[in-house]
Amino acid sequence: MVELTAKTPCDGLLPLSIGEAQLTEVAAGVLTSLTPLGDAAALGAALEKAHGLGWPAPLRARGKEGARCIWFGRDTALLMGPAPDPALGRHAAVVDQSDAWAVVQLKGPGAVAVLARLVPVDLRDGTFKRGHTSRTQLYHMSASITKTGADSFMILVFRSMAATLVHDMKTAMEAVAARG
Amino acid sequence: MRIAGKGLIDRARPVTFRFDGRSYDGFEGDTVASALLANDQKLMGRSFKYHRPRGVLTAGSEEPNALITVGRGAQADPNLRATVQEIYDGLEVRSQNAWPSLDFDVMAVNDLAAPFLGAGFYYKTFMWPAKFWEAVYEPIIRRAAGLGALSGKHDPDRYERAYAFCDLLVIGAGPTGLMAALTAARAGADVILADEDARMGGRLNAETGVIGDQPGHAWAMGIVAELSAMPNVRLMTRTTVTGAYDGGMYGALERVNHHAARREGVPLETFWRIHARRSILAAGALERPVAFQNNDRPGVMTAGAVRAYLNRWGVSPGKHVTVFGNNDDAHRTARDLAAAGVHVAALIDSRADVLVEGAEFPFYTGAQVCNAAGRKELEAITIRTASGEQAIQTDCLAMSGGWNPTVHLTCHMNGRPRWDAAIQAFVPVPDAVPGMIAAGACNGVFSTHACLKAGVDAAGEALSALGKKAGSVDVPRAEDGAYAMEPLWAVAGKGRAWLDFQNDVSVKDVKQAAVENFRSVEHMKRYTTQGMATDQGKNSNVAALAVLADATGRGIPETGTTTFRPPYVPVAIAAMGAGAQGKGFAPQRFTTSHRASVAMGAPMIEAGLWYRPSYFPKAGETNWRQSCDREVGYVRKAVGVCDVSTLGKIDIQGPDAAKLLDFVYTNMFSTLPVGRVRYGLMLREDGHVMDDGTTARLGETHYVMTTTTAAAGQVMRHLDFVSQCLHPEWQVAFTSVTEQWAQFAVAGPKSRELLNGLLGAEIDGESWPFMACGPVEVSGVQGRLFRISFSGEHAYEVAVPARFGASLFDLLVKRAEALGGGAYGMEALNVLRIEKGFITHSEIHGRTTAFDIGMGRMVSAKKDCIGKTMAARPGLVEEAREQLVGLKPVGAVRQISAGAHLFDAGAEAVRENDQGYVTSVGFSPDLGHMVGLGFVRRGMAREGEVIRMVDHLRGLEADVEICHPVFLDREGERVRG
Repeated sequence: MVELTAKTPCDGLLPLSIGEAQLTEVAAGVLTSLTPLGDAAALGAALEKAHGLGWPAPLRARGKEGARCIWFGRDTALLMGPAPDPALGRHAAVVDQSDAWAVVQLKGPGAVAVLARLVPVDLRDGTFKRGHTSRTQLYHMSASITKTGADSFMILVFRSMAATLVHDMKTAMEAVAARG
Repeated sequence: MRIAGKGLIDRARPVTFRFDGRSYDGFEGDTVASALLANDQKLMGRSFKYHRPRGVLTAGSEEPNALITVGRGAQADPNLRATVQEIYDGLEVRSQNAWPSLDFDVMAVNDLAAPFLGAGFYYKTFMWPAKFWEAVYEPIIRRAAGLGALSGKHDPDRYERAYAFCDLLVIGAGPTGLMAALTAARAGADVILADEDARMGGRLNAETGVIGDQPGHAWAMGIVAELSAMPNVRLMTRTTVTGAYDGGMYGALERVNHHAARREGVPLETFWRIHARRSILAAGALERPVAFQNNDRPGVMTAGAVRAYLNRWGVSPGKHVTVFGNNDDAHRTARDLAAAGVHVAALIDSRADVLVEGAEFPFYTGAQVCNAAGRKELEAITIRTASGEQAIQTDCLAMSGGWNPTVHLTCHMNGRPRWDAAIQAFVPVPDAVPGMIAAGACNGVFSTHACLKAGVDAAGEALSALGKKAGSVDVPRAEDGAYAMEPLWAVAGKGRAWLDFQNDVSVKDVKQAAVENFRSVEHMKRYTTQGMATDQGKNSNVAALAVLADATGRGIPETGTTTFRPPYVPVAIAAMGAGAQGKGFAPQRFTTSHRASVAMGAPMIEAGLWYRPSYFPKAGETNWRQSCDREVGYVRKAVGVCDVSTLGKIDIQGPDAAKLLDFVYTNMFSTLPVGRVRYGLMLREDGHVMDDGTTARLGETHYVMTTTTAAAGQVMRHLDFVSQCLHPEWQVAFTSVTEQWAQFAVAGPKSRELLNGLLGAEIDGESWPFMACGPVEVSGVQGRLFRISFSGEHAYEVAVPARFGASLFDLLVKRAEALGGGAYGMEALNVLRIEKGFITHSEIHGRTTAFDIGMGRMVSAKKDCIGKTMAARPGLVEEAREQLVGLKPVGAVRQISAGAHLFDAGAEAVRENDQGYVTSVGFSPDLGHMVGLGFVRRGMAREGEVIRMVDHLRGLEADVEICHPVFLDREGERVRG
């Protein structure tokens, strides 16, 4: 039988390194959308038990590389990394989103300046800290942005928009780099 | 002329630039205006309406006269201010609004016709014939009057938009702004200090005053150095805050690269949106001209501008300078000039009781300048004293009518400034913009020391609002004189005394407005055009309304003032819309098969944000129809493959999922067995059709809904609305999975044969009957299979996680080709569905009901649903409505065109006789003729009738026969095969 081959959303588009910022695609593992059905507290407990991650407060992300749980909008969290424990299905709608999002990382001393060209959210070090997240606009696109390190951000947009994401990021990175 | 030893320019760095084709020399730090004045070039522009020769009036962004175009061709940038534009090697500047040249302008004839061209002339002159206004008069007037022109070409320059955030935004970096920023920064606040100049310091760079024990400009540099070393401070030079908006948002325009040759990748301008928790407006003040006859001659400028050219740029705008004012600032101008060795021909003070101590120049008190002579350059002025009139030879007049606080930003949220009689000017009212504190000169505080202190105080107030404590900041010693002035708006006399230089409005025009009963300040503004456009009355507003107040016998406070609107300085649309050209216009959504489709030569068409293949041309095909016919044949005779991933897919789960579906769809989904798919129709609340699609039941409490490509977002929003607002008690969750799955239609009699080579377990008619669905293994990958059809053929849709989409598409196409089929695009898809009478948003376009499209019976009588009640309204169900029908050609003309209208045979093709319209057409290779869908009044009852189709746009007319909308296989045998 012919085997199907997998392609990542940013296949052939990344990495990019311009000035003091680097854009790379992230292999984020399994992405699972969780929406509580019924007892939200029980879902939090199940999440804690199965994955060691609590239900994230609005605008916050739990965990670290390899296993994160990111606030993803009203009554929604995105479990990123591990395959979801079947126990979660008792308290939530569990939907596989592993292929739905392009996941990239923007890193470097220029990262905040680059995002300031695209994102209408206050991403200054003092206000948007590691573990903070936002569902916002990235230029014309709906995005999820999470601060993952001192100068690194994880950005998610729809898979189909990966090319536009790279185009828009590249434009901003070039403009920031050219200013010197 | 340049004055040795003066100025803050870098004389070690000479710069050469061109103005109107001629080469000029200057130094780094010069503006176009200062460099031209240094070269004794005083004529810099022609006025808007009368084409009068004009020189520079000011030394800042408020400049009304010296408007220039920089660059050539597509890069030409019009209406820049010579007073703001810095020079650099290779800069090319042109004057505007003059033809054939600045020196000899044919349109200056307007000036001779001035008695006929006063305020309101065109309202009276061009009254009739009415239709001449747009066609004839307006184009001529617009051509004659005007500023710089756009190139009309695509703008190749890069612009940028950006966001910034801070605790405190300080607007203006003069003494007030610097002290405010310093105080706040030392207290630990995140500060943005924005100033429109390239060099911070404001008036300190233009004056000779001392702060502490240093020259003002040196003190300013010291503060800037301290601020720039602080991590919590962002200094934004060449950045004009252009507007104050809701919620602490400010617009600001940064001129990133206007001061240098183009640099690869560097934007020309950046339009910033700055969010500040608090702001301090330290915008300073603008000096007022005095209106007298011919006060617009090149060489007449504000006294503060003369000091700026002298002290900042080491330029004297004249060899024999006269100074005229109603306040002590005028004296300072004369003293600075004399100290620099410039000949001061006279100091004229309109006040009678002033002393000029130790003057080295002639001075006149209680005197007024009443006329100026010289056309392209000032030659002499006439002064009027108690003893009569006399002429004084001079090539530059520095005038001062006092200062207007720059209150503009405080008016942007509808605040109206307050009249302060002591300084004869408007000052801001507190909290005119929430969170903004006006301080220093823009708040009517004019001494340097008072401004320094005001900066500290304002910062303290802002800090306490931010919950921070201000440390103690010493206010250095500085000039602390009183601001002594007596009002002087317009000198009495004949001739035209100019108020608004940019819009060519004189004292007479304002008086004329009052005479014609345009006595309200708002009416006067519209009637005379004073204070309009890019100038926004920066130089003229107060004087104009003082003249109006006088003419109408009222005081200035009762007369009131017009408002100042954003932007404070002109902002190019290119900056505000930066990035939105070309690919930046909207995101592009690509399917996983995109690259393969492009590689196959398919022209891509946009469907919403998605790109989909139109058709897949083969060698030898010269026309898209050939490709389309071939692809239709694949599906009807063998097997075709089409990427349908763009359709919206919504995962719906929860104990109340079925209830939700029953509520949003007209038909029942709670009765749908697990493992089956059903077609559903969704109505808007007003009873019209919103969308259609299939929904599959994957489990007892688990459905997956599909929407049309175009309405995916709308349906998701609708579901959100229903679950959050109408039935928040229902336990149901929905998640968009459009992007998760790559989904392909495999359609045609050989579709099952194709699939059976790929699936983990073979399927047959029994295990996968029509409308079956379920999980399958596709080449070892977990996928989903739906036996649904949009072509009327035996067909499936197979879905795999999107990472495998590209690979599966290749595989499906290869296998289809081996079976005598292949990929098909949107054109073929459209023909296939029209042949079957299947609707798209061409038919459910927002004005049609379920009844209209022949699906009235799909509105279940057993339950309620959104839109059901409204759909039952009289008028939405009556027989006379336009109903969906099929159309086929019967006459000599074999064409049908989408968008054409339908009329009874023999009836005139006019709106009143309209019987309906054509929505979709295609050529059916099976039937050998075109087929169409459309809406016709009482259409269902008119099958067989021949009616008249007229496409007024394309000039096409044909006879068409009304027929059943399903052209092929009306019994639906193939789809179940």
